[in-house]
Formats: sequence, C-alpha cells, structure tokens
Amino acid sequence: MKRLFLLLIFFSFNLNAQDYFIVNDGVKTKDYQYNVFTNANIYSSNGMITNGTLIEKDGKIIDIGVNLNLPNNSVVYDLKGQYIYPSFIETHSSFGVKKPQRKSSGRSSQYEPSRNGYYWNDHILSDYNSFIDYTYNQKEAKGYRDIGFGVVNSHRNDGIHRGTSFAIGLIDGQNESYRVLSQKTAEHYSFSRSLTSGQSYPSSTMGAIALIRQLHYDSDWYSQGESISKDLAIEAIIKNKELPKFFDANDKLNVYRAAKLSKEFNLNFIIKGSGKEYENVRELKKFSNTLIIPVNFPKAFDVSNSKLNDKLTINQLRYWNQAPANLGILEKNGVTFSITSSDLKNKREFLSNIKKAIKNGLSEKVALDALTIIPASSINLDDKIGKIEKGYYANLLITSGPIFGDKTVINENWVKGQRHIIKNTDKVNVDGDYTIQINDKSYEIKISNSLTKPSTKIKRDSTDIKSKVSLVDDWLSLTLFDSINEKPSFAQISTKISSSTSLSGTGSDFNNNSFSFTVSKKKVENNTNAKKSPKSKSDSSFVSNVTFPNVGFGLKSIPNSQSIHFKNATLWTNESDGIIENSDIIINNGKIVAIGKNLETPADFKVIDATNKHITSGIIDEHSHMAASSINEGGHNSSAEVSIMDVINPDDINVYRNLAGGVTSAQILHGSANPIGGQSAIIKLKWGSEINDMYFEGAAPFIKFALGENVKQSNWSGSRFPQTRMGVEQVFVDHFDRAKEYAKTWEEYNSLSPRQKRSVTKPRFDDELETLWEILRGDRFVSSHSYVQSEINMLMKVAEKFNFRINTFTHILEGYKVADKMAEHGVGGSTFSDWWGYKYEVNDAIPFNASIMHNAGVTVALNSDNSELSRRLNLEAAKAVKYGDISEEEAWKFVTLNPAKLLHIDHKVGSLKIGKDADIVVWSGHPMSLFTKTEQTYIEGALYFDQDNHQQKLKEIKDEKSILIQQMLGENLPGVKLRFPNPMPQIEVTCEHTEF
Amino acid sequence: MKKIILLNVLFLNLIFSQQTPAPTQDKSVLIFGGITHVGDGQIINNSVIGFTDGKIDLIASSEENWTDKLLNMFSDSNNKKYDTIIDASNQHIYPGIIALNSNLGLVEVDAVRASVDDDEAGTYLPEVRSIIAYNAESKAVESMRPNGVLVAQIAPNGGVISGSSSVVQLDAWNWEDAVIKYDQGLHINWPSPYTFGRWWLGEERGLKANNNYNKQVNDLKEFFDKSKANMNLDKSMNLKSRSMKAIFEGESTVYLYADDEKEIVDGVLFLKKIGINKIVIVGASEAKNQLDFIKENDIPVVVKQPYRFPQSVDSDPRETFMLAKKMIDKGILVSIDPSGAPQSRVSIRNLPFYAGSFSSYGIDKEAALSMITLNPAKMLGIDSEFGTIEIGKSATLFISKGDALDIISNNVTHAFISGRNISLETHQTRLWRRYSNKYSNSQ
Repeated sequence: MKRLFLLLIFFSFNLNAQDYFIVNDGVKTKDYQYNVFTNANIYSSNGMITNGTLIEKDGKIIDIGVNLNLPNNSVVYDLKGQYIYPSFIETHSSFGVKKPQRKSSGRSSQYEPSRNGYYWNDHILSDYNSFIDYTYNQKEAKGYRDIGFGVVNSHRNDGIHRGTSFAIGLIDGQNESYRVLSQKTAEHYSFSRSLTSGQSYPSSTMGAIALIRQLHYDSDWYSQGESISKDLAIEAIIKNKELPKFFDANDKLNVYRAAKLSKEFNLNFIIKGSGKEYENVRELKKFSNTLIIPVNFPKAFDVSNSKLNDKLTINQLRYWNQAPANLGILEKNGVTFSITSSDLKNKREFLSNIKKAIKNGLSEKVALDALTIIPASSINLDDKIGKIEKGYYANLLITSGPIFGDKTVINENWVKGQRHIIKNTDKVNVDGDYTIQINDKSYEIKISNSLTKPSTKIKRDSTDIKSKVSLVDDWLSLTLFDSINEKPSFAQISTKISSSTSLSGTGSDFNNNSFSFTVSKKKVENNTNAKKSPKSKSDSSFVSNVTFPNVGFGLKSIPNSQSIHFKNATLWTNESDGIIENSDIIINNGKIVAIGKNLETPADFKVIDATNKHITSGIIDEHSHMAASSINEGGHNSSAEVSIMDVINPDDINVYRNLAGGVTSAQILHGSANPIGGQSAIIKLKWGSEINDMYFEGAAPFIKFALGENVKQSNWSGSRFPQTRMGVEQVFVDHFDRAKEYAKTWEEYNSLSPRQKRSVTKPRFDDELETLWEILRGDRFVSSHSYVQSEINMLMKVAEKFNFRINTFTHILEGYKVADKMAEHGVGGSTFSDWWGYKYEVNDAIPFNASIMHNAGVTVALNSDNSELSRRLNLEAAKAVKYGDISEEEAWKFVTLNPAKLLHIDHKVGSLKIGKDADIVVWSGHPMSLFTKTEQTYIEGALYFDQDNHQQKLKEIKDEKSILIQQMLGENLPGVKLRFPNPMPQIEVTCEHTEF
Repeated sequence: MKKIILLNVLFLNLIFSQQTPAPTQDKSVLIFGGITHVGDGQIINNSVIGFTDGKIDLIASSEENWTDKLLNMFSDSNNKKYDTIIDASNQHIYPGIIALNSNLGLVEVDAVRASVDDDEAGTYLPEVRSIIAYNAESKAVESMRPNGVLVAQIAPNGGVISGSSSVVQLDAWNWEDAVIKYDQGLHINWPSPYTFGRWWLGEERGLKANNNYNKQVNDLKEFFDKSKANMNLDKSMNLKSRSMKAIFEGESTVYLYADDEKEIVDGVLFLKKIGINKIVIVGASEAKNQLDFIKENDIPVVVKQPYRFPQSVDSDPRETFMLAKKMIDKGILVSIDPSGAPQSRVSIRNLPFYAGSFSSYGIDKEAALSMITLNPAKMLGIDSEFGTIEIGKSATLFISKGDALDIISNNVTHAFISGRNISLETHQTRLWRRYSNKYSNSQ
C-alpha cells in the first residue's frame, strides 16, 4: 500500500512532463481532456459573462463564452452560478528563496569589498539571480493560493542592488519545468544594505542613494567599453538593462526618493511602498511610477490605560484610522499600483483588508486590476497572465460570489490548468440539534463546527452529559458518557455524513449492544441571525483628515503669502538704521516692501497693531540636523557624494517647534563622522510644504567637513584612516590632489574634438571627485566642524595651498585663538554660545569666543547643532551680550544676518530691508529676553506660526485624540489582539547621529 | 567716608587678582542701594545689607537715596563700622543659587573616561559617597561662580541606589573645606515601567512594557527589608545595611528619581510604607496628572529643567516650561533639576535662566528665584543658613547689574560665600583676557 502511495505521487508529478522526457516507471500518460466550467459568472477581459462557459486545455484558456460547444473529451465542472476570476499575482515576495546569511562582522569595521571581480561595493549584488537559491515550498504556496494568488514573482530581499527575480506558478502537483514562468523577471533595488557583507559603506539612506547613482554612472561608462578591467556586477546590469526594475522602498519618504532616482536615471522603478502613501501622495502623484502597496493595516492599540494613551501620538492613532483609506486615496490621485500581500503578518487578513479598503474608497475594478493586470504588466507577463482571455494561462479563481462580496469565499484556485481546492464545497454541514434514543433514554445532541472541528453538547433531561467527538474524512464518531444504574458507562455512535438534514449510522449502546439509527435535524427558528448583527458604533465612520505633514500641528492647507502693514513696532533692521522704535513695516507678495514711520496702509492690506512688539528678520541656524532621515554617512573617510538634500524629512515636528522659536531658515548639515562629509541642504522651515518647496531657492551649494575627535574616532574604537589629526590633514591633501588630477583629466578630454574623443578613453565620472572639484572651482562652499586651533589653522593652510577658501568654521570652539588668522583667510565662525566640557577638545572652549572672533573681524554666527536648542537661538544671542559685552544690535545679527552671510543667502534674508523676503518674526517684547515669546513667524509673507492659532491647534489635537481613542475602544474587545502603545523615542539629533 | 567708599570700590574692582579660594572674611562688608531679592518672595528696594564674620548682621532699606550720612547711621547705631562699602545702586542682590542633582567636580570631561567619577559599578550602592571624589578645583566648578551658582548638591549617578550626596559651597581648596553637609541624601533611581524596543536586536521599535518591572521593584523592596533588619547589628560585613540607616532614621533624605507618574506613585508609596518620610522627587517630567498625589504626600519636587523636548511630538512645544507653574500652583515645594539639558553639567551655570524660563510661563519672578535658593535649601535642610538673605544667615549672596534670571541682564559683579569675597575669575575668563589682549596689543 505504502509503495503504491509513493508511486502515485511520483506519477502525478510527471503528469505534464515534457513530451520528450523518457518514462521508465510505467506507461507514458498524457492529459488529453478539456476542463470545462459551466454555469459560471466569468470576469473576462471583455466584462462579466453571466451563465458562461470556460474551456481549458494544457494550462491555457481555449475559449470563453455563452453556450459554447463542448469538446467530446471534456471534464465538466458545473459551477452552479459561482464566479471565475483571474487569479492574483504577487510581485513582491521571497517565495521559496533561502534567507541570506548575516555575516558576523566581528569587532572591527570592514571598509573593503569582500568579493573579487565584482563592483567595489558588496551591497551591489546585481549579478545574483534569486532562482539559484530557490526551492518550491508547498506550505508557502498554499498560503498564497488560499488568498487568491496564482503566480508569485520572487527575489531575495537583500542588498541595495539585489539582482534578479523569477516568476513561478504556484502549482503543487508539477515540477519546475511547468511552474517557472520566467527565470529572470526583473531587477530589484532597495536602500538597505546586504546582510551578507559587513562593508561599512553605505551606512545611511543618503549613502545608498549616492551609491545607486554612482553605479549607474559606472555602468554607463563601462558599457561604452572604457574600462580596462572586468566587473561582473556591472556586466550583469548591462545585460539586464531591458528588464523591469523594482524598488523596495518600504517607507513613504523612500518611495519619493526612489521615484526621484527613477526619474533622474530613467529607470522606471516599480516601487514597493509601506501603506502610508496617503501622507505624501501629493508628491508621489507627480511621478509616473507604478507602486506596490501592502494592506497591512495596523492593529488597534490597547487604549485601556489612560496613562499610556497620553504617550500615543496623533500620527499613530491616525495611521490606524487612515490606513484603510490609503488605496482609495491613491486611486483618486491617479496613482497606478498593484496590491501586495507582503508585510502582512497574517496572510489570511489579505482579502478582508482589501474589502476594508473598498469600503474606504477603493473601487472594485481598480482593486482587481491591482491584483491582476497591473502586477502582470509589471513583470512583463501581461500577455500570459492577469486576465481571462483566450490564449492566457488558465489561472482561475472560483469563488462563491463576487470576489469582494462580504461573504464570498474562494473555493478553488486553478493555476495553469491545475486544480487546487481551497474550500471543499462537497462537505456537508450537519450543525444542529438532534435527539437520539439510547437504552430507552433520550439524548439531545447539539453539533457545531461540523465543517472543520466539530464539537458537541449533549443533555439528558437537562443533565449535561460528557461526550467526545471526532471527524475523520466524512465520518463522525461520538462517544457519550453516562451512568447506567449508577455505574459509569459509555455508548458510541458512528455516522458517515451525507445529508445536512439527518444522521444515520450504527452504534453500540451503554450495554455494548449494537444498534442502528436515523435521526433528523430539528428545525430551528431564525434566532441565530439576530445575534450576529453587531451594534453599530456611533463614530465608527470617522476618518481623520490627512494634514501636511500628517502629525499633530499639521496643516489642512498651506498658508499663502499675505499683504500686511505692521504698525508701531520696534524694528531690528540689522541695517544701517539699526533698531528703530515706533516704526512700521509692510509686506506684500512675500517681500518686504516698505519700512518707516507712520506709513500709509495700501488699499486692502491687513493692519496689525504691533505696539510694544518687536519685529525682526527670522532666525537662521547655520548648523542644524533637523528634518533629515540621515545625518552621517560614515562608511568612508570622504563621502562628498552624499547629500542631505536627498533625505529631507518634512514630517519632523522640530520644524514646527523651531518656527515657534522664530527660526525661518536652516542649513541641514551632514554629521561629523568623517573628514569630508556630505552636501548640505539649506531649507526654509515651510512647515507642511512639499520637500521641493522647502529647499531655499537659489541657495549656494555647501558641504560639511569635519575635524577633531569625531573624525579620528577618538571616543570609540575605530580602525579606518585617519586616527590622528596628522592623518586628517593628509585625507584632505590626498582628496584634493585627486580632485585636481580628475579635473585636469576631464578638462583635457573636454577640450578634444568629437573625433579625437573617439580615439581616447573617456574619463570615468566620479560623483565624489566632481563635488570636490566644485570646491576647487569655488562653486561649492565648505562649512567645517572644528574645535582646536591646530586643526583650524591646518585646514586654512590646506585650502590656501589648493587655492580655495574655507567658508565657515562651524563649532570653532577655539576660534578665538586664531581669530586673526581666520579674519585674514576670510572664513566665518559659527559657534556654540556656551558649550564645553563634554570632550577633551572643548577644554578651552569659552563663552567669550563669539565676542573675541567678532572683535577680530570675523563674521560670527551662533548655531545649535540640536533641534531643541535651535528653537531658542534668540537666547543664545543674549549670551553674546552677557559674555563679552557685544552690543545687543550686533549680538542679534549673530543669529540672523551673519548666518545669512555665511550661507550666502543675505541677499534674500537676514535683515529687514526693502526687497528682501518677508521672513519676519513678531515678538512680544525684546527678542533676546527669555521673558519674551514668539507671537508670529512669517516666511515669505505666509504665516507659519501664530500664537493664537497654536492654542486652537492644541485643542484640535486633544479633541481628535479623544475621538480616535474612543473609536479604538470599539475594537478593544475581549479576544482581540491589540498593540501596546508604542511611541518612538524623540532623539535630539546632533553631529554624531548615525542611522543604521 | 566718601573716600573710603571709593577706595573700597576700587579695591573690589580688582577681584580678578583675588586669591582663589577666598580667605575667611576678616573685613566686614556693607552693600547699599541695591534691590535685594530675599529669596522668600520679598523684595527690599534701595536696601542696605551688612555682614561680618560670614554672617549677615544688617538688613535695612530707605526711601531716600543713600548718603554718607544715612550710611553712617548704621555704623553709629551698631556701634561698629563696616570696613568695605559697596555701592550697588540700581543693582540686584540675590542669595547664592543652589544647584541640586549636580555631578560637578565628579566629572571633568564627559568623553574622557579617566575624568569620570560619578557612576560606580553595581546596583545598590548606599555605601558609596560622592563627596570624597569631589574635585573642588574643577574648571566646571569655578565656572559656576560668575553666574551666581554658589552652592551645590554633589550627587552620584547610575545603578538603582547610586550612593549618597553631600552639599558643598563652590569655592574651596578641597572637598573637606567645601562641605556644608555630609551625606545628606541617598539617590534612588526608581525602575522604569517602560523600555524602548531594541530594534537592532530585531525587537519592534518604540515604547514597550518593561516585563521586569515587578521583579525590579521586589528586588528593591527585599534590599530595603534586609537593610532595615540588619542596620543596627554591630557586625562587620553589613556595610550596605549600615549605610541605609540614615534614611530609615530620617537623618538623610531619599532623592527619588522618577519621571513617569507610575514611577512616582509606586516609589512614594513604597518608601512611605517602609517608614521613610523624607523624600524628594527628582525629575517628575511626566508628573502632571499626579500633582494632587504629590501635594497630599507633602513631597518636594526637583523638576527637570525646561530646555528639553516635550513629552510627545503632539505636546505643546512649551509644555516643559509650564510644568513648574502647575506644581507651584498646587503648593508643592519646587526646585530645578539641571540634568537632561545639553551639556547638562557645565550648563548648571544656566540655572538662573532655567528659573527665568519657568517664570516667563507664569511663575512670579520671586517665586522662581525661590526655586533655586530657598526651596533647595529647605530640601537640603540648610535653610537656617542658606537660601535667603536674612539676618543671622550665612552671607552667601551675589550682586548682579541687572535681572539675574534673564540672560541678557545677568552680570555678576560680586559674589560672597559665607562673607568671603570670592573670585569671579575662571579658566575661561583668563583665556578671554589673554586672547583679547593678544589682538588689542597687535592692533
């Protein structure tokens, strides 16, 4: 028997083996028959066919229609009004692929690649094809099939370039030759490092972005035949150029970043999102990328503890409330997407979550397309799968009703003509009440759950009787325990289930005498239905508005520039007028248009009485790390190629908090992990704006350099060069030498005629050296983190040797020791007001630093390096008055005009001057007193912070939170799995922040 | 008389070359014309303050301008002459500021491990005494004086019971000379009911329950029970128990570090139940819903300084500035915990500005001053000597040209500790002069 069983399995595997395969274990057999489905509602590509017929043969659809002639050798399935849909396609999975092995890196960092003959970075695994590590996994396949998938596209989700994926039909009773639809479907990318290598670079999202850029420059150059050596990873990229490209972004901001990269290199990425795209859809919809969206809606939090509820954020609560609307919002905004089951912890929630999305605005048509046609075309298989059409694979779902109907279940999932039964519709439901006589006693039996795991409740004259029940195949066995003549006894019955209205079978009674029986199910009144309908919750339909950003204090709409006449204020002009009392300022079209006494109000201008108030230009922070997802790319000692502009995070609440402190612009700097850091972003704090609108328009490009303990890894154990200040100098010299050489090579090449160019090797484009070249040309400015006088002096000398100027020394705590040299070099100093004592190199940091540098003729700014501190930079300016007797007027410039000068934006901001941007702050009093409060902050004439409106927002946050918590309490029912309220820690990001 | 005043003013202007630390007061001092902020809420305008042998022996005010004749009146009536007379007209006089929960003198440079002495290895360390590690000559310590911070609690960190703290004045040759009160407090870090997911180990990010909370609390209870049982045994090998005796007998105060409201309630009830009543809560950053509980139990609070992020991203950005007012309105005795600010140790010199910032959100300015003078003196049990400007108390005070609680006007010209005219010169002011001179000479 056992042998026969094995043989059968073997046999079935070969069912559709290739014709030319040789058979030695029996006779060669082939399926000649047609499978025909009749009386079906067929979701064909031409619309729904009711009472239709579908004919399948050899895995393909032969015909669809009404009243078709059936071939003679047909196996007919009468679907009795069931529905047929094309089965779903999963494009984001790691089906059957071996998980990557994490490389234990040990203690020391790895800076070199570990692979030979491939790209210089281990996280580029473009030559890898996941198919080589694939084995068909029946259990996993069933999981997918049960929720409607017929085909999966699978890749190992590891690395920044992950290599290529493959597509598989989820067919159990076949071998790979039948299952594989495409052995190499698409290329896959992400911003995440490979587990298989400890190579340090890239250590940040911006590093990953830079790496992808360089990779494309390199493959472009390589494909022109310019390289003298081989690179198998690049060759793979060139070979796979025509394949579709997927990007696993997994975060709404990364979706945006991937879309930008996609546009830059014309890669047409298909981007896997996170389910939170409704938050930045206004930006995403400007790209034409197809997205892949999960439906892993968050579970409700356990909100039974009011103390913990305090810790929950609006964004967390809204996520729970808004996530089901994500797909509908994407549809409304015209974004093309497919739906993935990935990220779902419990795949069984897949369809119910899609139904939830449909209730929240997603149309059924788009939902179905997102599961079939869209993913099919993403993997270039849209001529074979995703539709019910002649010639397409017979990948069919047979469902009890319309696919997204409330009670619809998937009964069968056919893949390439191979049947998989999901729900056995032949099973008979015998749930109900029966009465049976045993030993002249009457037992009332209640059977429930007979389709899956039956249970019974038995009573004799209202006495509970113990029992045991089991269901094997279609046979139900029941044991009853009762006392007969005060002696414990048992009786057993056994019945094959064949009718839903009666049971008949045989048994042995309490005296072990056999008997046979037939009993009918009692008719039940319709009271079960009444119990089911849930109590409708009054506010269950409330959906929070999506704000910009979608956090507390987010905006419903972006403020517009206003026309305002501020009257009778004290104006801190930062110009030759100095501080002028009882004066007016008028703003219009985002600019300052008039300053003076007793000005006339232009027609239709709003008037604000600013008596007793002070008005200044907005505060500018030269050194900030807010609103960025990455700060340090410490993987190399130079990372000139990375840019904070690539990783702006507009959701950072510190943007709002800084507005509340009168800050209007900031330079978001790379950190201080390495001597040559990354490029800065200079932004205006336009809370709620799109990322593109936050960049300071026309700002000059900057780069961060760093000196001192951080770059030489003094306060932790490091191994890369440099480990001393001596080495730091040489890093700069070496890189600028190389940049000079690079510049020379390109200049020579560019001076050649087109004909000459053909006969020489084209130089390689290097993003890092390009950036350094910009510095040499004076097109990019350096802001260098610095502490002690020796290194400050050194960097000025290095710059002078290479004929450029350091623009700013930031932190510059010993600037006062070389202030004369700084003035001579023409470098500015952006320092802390009074920090010291935290590192050895700040031993001699003194709060008089700003004053001494200023008196020596250096342009001085005070910075924060900390988004908590930056919201009170006005008080840091006061410290310049306290320490070192700077006049109030000059001290105020330390946080306004001087940083504007250092950032080369003083032609637009930094003072109250006609023609400059209306970036202004209304203070309740003297702007440097800690008894003063920010009342209003304007950027380009638009009101971004307003004290009155702020109070209103606080109330709205409170109200919305209570509505959402009440709504969530509706799901806080016994037995429902809930999440612990888990707000993220707030981090005061500084120079030393690392991302991964 | 006029001549004397001028001479003495001249003399005092040379404070930069004074001896550090200052010698014991041997010349009596009279300060006239200033606005005296007593520290208990009172203001004395146009005041005169005299002190001799380290003690304040004269406080008066006048409606008229101070003239030689008027000043001589005090000299005559007390039958003595003040040796040094300081004209503080239109200036402000404050009691010396007192810093709680500081690791001044225990750490010199955070990043240099060799200079870090505030966190001993171990969990329950009642026997560990901060005072003996206190470096009276620390550069951080001297930098407090020019801003008016003259007295500090030197507290250990780390573990569950960190050790005992002592109270020092900030101008001394060594720790023994610096001490005002030995081993005044025992510092207990109440376990946190929450932790954050260690995502680098694959846990979910964000807050989660600390599953060990009950165990950690029980362990602490066991330690207290054992200590109480053994503390009077005349045996060696019970150092820890003996070290706990002072708090059971009310001789020293428990400083309970608790931020979350659950920590506060659990911690206070625990200590009260075991018979400890001298408790001060330190931190209390999330205490806003337990203020009634704190008041009912009559527990002083050392509230975290305001320069930090609010509790949640949705909180009012100024939430941290408003907490102290809520406590004071309840009638709780409040001081300020300087920890958690950027560069928190060296920033203790900003203590007057923390008070000023609290004041800017609704606390009366004199009440804000009490938060860093009288209130901490009470908590430390040194209020009979320090914390206010009153006759008979230690002459520990300073003069500022402007409002000392506002950065822009804080400008300390004189400071006295027990009448000693202390130097306002520091490593930092020396460097300032050195390099200012360098550039002015080269011009």
